[in-house]
Amino acid sequence: MNFKKIFPQLLTLVVVILVFGFFSYNAQVNMENRGITFGYGFLSQESSFDVQFSLIEYDGSHSYFRAYLVGLLNTILVSVIGIVFATIIGVVVGIARLSSNYLIERTAAIYVEFFRNIPLLLQIFFWYFAALRALPLPEKAEPMFGVFFLTIKGFFIPAFIWNNLDIFIYSVIAAIIAIFFVRAYAKKKQENQGAQTPVLLISIGLLIILPLLSFLLGGVDASIEIPVIEQLSKTSFTYKGGLKLPPELISLALALSLYTATFIAECVRAGVQGVSKGQKEAAASIGLTPNQVLKLVVMPQALRIIIPPTTNQYLNLTKNSSLAAAIAYPDLVLVFAGTALMQTGRAIEIVSITMLTYLTLSITISIFMNWYNKKIAIKEK
Amino acid sequence: MFKLVKRLTSVVAMFAVLFTFTTETMAAKKSKTLKNTQKKGFVRCGVSQGLPGFSNADAAGNWTGVDVDVCRAVAAAVLGDSSKVKFTPLSAKERFTALTSNEIDILSRNTTWTLSRDADIGLTFVGVNFYDGQGFMVRKNSGISSVNDFKAGVSACTNLGTTTELNMRDFFNSKGIKYEPVTFEKADEVVAAYDAGRCDTYTTDKSGLAAQRIKLSNPDDHMVLPETISKEPLGPVVRQGDSVWEDIVRWSLNTMIEAEEYGVTSANADMMKTSDNPAVKRLVGAEGELGAALGLDNEWSLRIIKQVGNYGESYKRNIADTGILPDRGPNELWTKGGILYVPPAR
Repeated sequence: MNFKKIFPQLLTLVVVILVFGFFSYNAQVNMENRGITFGYGFLSQESSFDVQFSLIEYDGSHSYFRAYLVGLLNTILVSVIGIVFATIIGVVVGIARLSSNYLIERTAAIYVEFFRNIPLLLQIFFWYFAALRALPLPEKAEPMFGVFFLTIKGFFIPAFIWNNLDIFIYSVIAAIIAIFFVRAYAKKKQENQGAQTPVLLISIGLLIILPLLSFLLGGVDASIEIPVIEQLSKTSFTYKGGLKLPPELISLALALSLYTATFIAECVRAGVQGVSKGQKEAAASIGLTPNQVLKLVVMPQALRIIIPPTTNQYLNLTKNSSLAAAIAYPDLVLVFAGTALMQTGRAIEIVSITMLTYLTLSITISIFMNWYNKKIAIKEK
Repeated sequence: MFKLVKRLTSVVAMFAVLFTFTTETMAAKKSKTLKNTQKKGFVRCGVSQGLPGFSNADAAGNWTGVDVDVCRAVAAAVLGDSSKVKFTPLSAKERFTALTSNEIDILSRNTTWTLSRDADIGLTFVGVNFYDGQGFMVRKNSGISSVNDFKAGVSACTNLGTTTELNMRDFFNSKGIKYEPVTFEKADEVVAAYDAGRCDTYTTDKSGLAAQRIKLSNPDDHMVLPETISKEPLGPVVRQGDSVWEDIVRWSLNTMIEAEEYGVTSANADMMKTSDNPAVKRLVGAEGELGAALGLDNEWSLRIIKQVGNYGESYKRNIADTGILPDRGPNELWTKGGILYVPPAR
């Protein structure tokens, strides 16, 4: 027990408590003076406003909490779509920047410089207002493959109508678990006997065969519903049936992934270039094919450099998705910190919940990426 | 864990409050807002981000409109000069926070008076300066001539966080129509999306529809449907808790309306001092001590009429002559078939 060590920490703690105490007291007094009450009871009240696009069943007769969930799920949806596409585009462009082909390398470089140097909000406006205007009205849309309709009112695609969907999902989960076992077995076999197993082929096979069995034996049945044009008035049309992706979602996901992909591409390029040339030459000299050099020598080392900055980009993308409010995509900020805030007037409560939600989302992504980073880090033996 | 979340939330909340509100002791007996306004030398007024006829800035940054005139009237009454107003353009989302957090002292921004807004969130509505109602705009060639022609699947563009959003739901629900609400934060974006064909209809207050129609690429291709689906009494708002300031804003507005009722205009206000009608004399401050009750001098109302004009002049200048809504409809005096009726100034 060293008093000298403990005293400063105790002092800091007291100061922190006093500061927060002062803030809380001050806030309470001020809110009382202005006749503003504080509480989260409003969350269970009827929201009485509708939202255009929701992943769960929702309308104005549900509670504000349900509206919060709608916004949260929409934020997660656009973030996940954005992250997936940003990663794919980013990796492709990043590798293209290392290409020895002049044309490919230049094209990738121009793309990166162009998209990362224009403010994201402008890009979102561009994809929404400029690109949207270029899309045809529903009645003039040319069908893609006869069943997809890209129109100004949204992207209408066929939907599956399922019977016994749960059994199908179980079969997919079973296939995924089986793949994990196959992989573990293949690794052991390789370590013990040095023999390679065609893991990829077996995995694909499992993913096809098990769900197929559920169709044949499990009574699973799916039919496809194709969107059909419907007339609303003399000159106004829409599509009925099928699935509808609102244009707001499409343009937001597009803008987010094209913008973030440029940063990921640079991370990938830096990562690959960070692996010393000697490693590649050594790998080639022991007879590995170029593919194996990339897969077994370069990528495992490059990933260690790529992952941490890419995590930042994923976090940025998730937070940037809040710009959705500008183009009417019903994300957390628009539905909850926008409409719900306006209808209830509970600014402090709603802003605090929204802040905590984004914090939680970001920390979750961070924890996952740190876990992955640790997993691929060099294991000193 | 839940407790921790709760505690964290309140900590964050308190932070937000700290940054929003300035420190302040219990409300002073006299009007703090009035004192501050006189000290600053200008009235802090929250307006829209541009709604022709109500509050709109020209290229030189001069604000005009009937909502703007309410703030000018208060400036004329309190400071003696109707030009001493600092305008803050606010979105629908920002407006109430700006008022409760002391950024502005009057919110005059085509805001609908409702019970929950008046009672729940620290605001007080002082009156109505425009009686409005929600309507729908459609394309003329769509063949829709009444709200009964809407069919399931219709997409409606509107502003976020307004009573419009709630009325729209009530309306479509009562008709049993499934609709797609597309809500934007800024009015300009609503107009752009509707113009592009994203939505079949654009819904907001009818005055707003009339004003925004001018911004469409071909205004003549669009029309406002005859039906009105809601009551939207629009009026200025002040913070709760300063009843003197509340009275000043209320009676500045009332003065404009009463001046029209008694035929007092900016041109003849001075001559009316010698009128035979005691009500008129009171209105221009030639009789009685009405200003003292508000903590002002006795010429306050005369200045409003001289510098801003009566309600009729304001309406004509901002809404009728600009072609937005030439017909005054319910916003006509009660003596002429409208519903403008204010308590007497005495």
